[in-house]
Amino acid sequence: MMIESILSQEQPLVEVRDLSIEFYGQTVLRDINLSIPAGQTLVLLGESGCGKTVLMKTLIGLIKPTRGRVIFDGLDLHTLSDQELSRLRLRFGFVFQNAALFDSMSIAQNLAFPMRQHGDFSTAQIQELVSARLAEVGLPKTVLRKKPAELSGGMRKRVGLARALIMNPEVILYDEPTTGLDPIMTDVINQLIIRTRRRGPVTSVIVTHAMETARRVPDRVVMLYPISRLDPHEPQIVYDGPPGELDQCRDRRVRQFVNGEAGQRLMELVGDNEG
Amino acid sequence: MSASPKIFEDFPSDGWLSRFVDWIADWGKLVLDTLEAVGDFVLFVYRAVIWLFSRFPKMETLWPNFYSVGVSSLPVVALTGTFIGMVLAVQGYFQFRQLGLETRLGGVINLTLVRELGPVLAATMLAGRVGSSMAAELGTMRVTEQIDALAAMGANPIQYLVVPRFLACLLLIPVLTIMADYMGMMGGYFYSVQILSVDSHHYWYNSAQFVTNFDLFAGLFKSLFFGSAIAMISCYQGFHCSAGAEGVGRAATASFVYSFVAILALDLMLGIALDAVYFTIYPEGGRTL
Repeated sequence: MMIESILSQEQPLVEVRDLSIEFYGQTVLRDINLSIPAGQTLVLLGESGCGKTVLMKTLIGLIKPTRGRVIFDGLDLHTLSDQELSRLRLRFGFVFQNAALFDSMSIAQNLAFPMRQHGDFSTAQIQELVSARLAEVGLPKTVLRKKPAELSGGMRKRVGLARALIMNPEVILYDEPTTGLDPIMTDVINQLIIRTRRRGPVTSVIVTHAMETARRVPDRVVMLYPISRLDPHEPQIVYDGPPGELDQCRDRRVRQFVNGEAGQRLMELVGDNEG
Repeated sequence: MSASPKIFEDFPSDGWLSRFVDWIADWGKLVLDTLEAVGDFVLFVYRAVIWLFSRFPKMETLWPNFYSVGVSSLPVVALTGTFIGMVLAVQGYFQFRQLGLETRLGGVINLTLVRELGPVLAATMLAGRVGSSMAAELGTMRVTEQIDALAAMGANPIQYLVVPRFLACLLLIPVLTIMADYMGMMGGYFYSVQILSVDSHHYWYNSAQFVTNFDLFAGLFKSLFFGSAIAMISCYQGFHCSAGAEGVGRAATASFVYSFVAILALDLMLGIALDAVYFTIYPEGGRTL
């Protein structure tokens, strides 16, 4: 009884249980178990194609698991109706890899979209919040009238971040927030993520393969490994711990990724070409 | 070709039996894939209908779609309707003149337009002009994660993107059909009376004898099904677009091809059903020249 009581008190905000995902018969994620407590900043690390983005999209119900469950605040996402899921998603903010701003709308309309869609906000309130969020990500008001196509990649990412933050979500999911950006803009985005966490209680999950982000931003790092390179019974999560211990990890796969070494992969390429 | 099921793995890898097993497996896969696609489409339509009745879309999402489907399509529908009317006059005139029945041309042209060509032509134009564009637009939104972004922000993509397009096609295709009918009639009249010198009074008199309110109703009734099918097929293709520019192009092409096939198949089935209704209401019905 006592153990159950302690467990219920420390119930994680997001919980992934025995999650497996297959696309067209090909397994992308296998038996993933992950608990994310409220307020934690977690980085999902791993090489391209290991299923990081798929896992993150499953956390918000954009992809349905083949097996297993995703539980958010005690609710199994995949038993909810469309309407219930839509309401629940208001508690999330999602920063997409390429920002995913709506082409047909101006930046102001993009930022106001979540508020117009769900909130009972007056036009004045919407304008005020849009300006405030835009200032937080360091963009001038002149961008409000522009279309997404008129902005640079870094500016689009910052607008995407501002849009994700506009409803003060409890959980923010970042999909490769710094990919394709120059080092200065990468630092800007990392600082914005850290500042967002400091500003209020928020749970963050960041998908990245940028070691800079993985070392500086999170409380915890989880590293996934591609299924195709694993034996049938090997776990797909090859590292789960604080970022400070990443460099001391003795797992060859983690070390190879952290140090950015091609190693055996280069031999495979040479072998393929010779074959 | 695809691999055989595991239970056939012991079979020899060559020879007629192996090829036969492969052939059966391929057909089985095709049937299963088709059933899965049909089931998926039916579920898509079901979800759209549920959203249509559970939350009516906002006017700001409806107006742009109404404009695109209705206002922007009117000129092309009017133009093609006019030409079709004139073509019918050209093709029909010499046949009818040999029988001395050229004044009956109006009846045949206008009945054909109201009952068949008007709705089918308006629907074909809608499928080509609007349906492909919808599939390409939604397909681009799919591959650039804009549809995922909508869902992530708590907006249901079917309610936000599909329902307004469905309503626009459903409610405005009758208007486009009336335009196609009207301009076809004008085109047929112009060519028959002004060019081929058919008597105007008898042209219209015979038209009035032939074309009944039921014919007008039948054409407009059919158009509602055509509009619904175009919207659903195009949106479905856009939502299930595969990645890249090639995927978007394929979705746009597929939406037109499937919509056109659906229009013709529905036209046949509804034509038979409406004839049955007509002869039930008017047992002595049936028109004669």
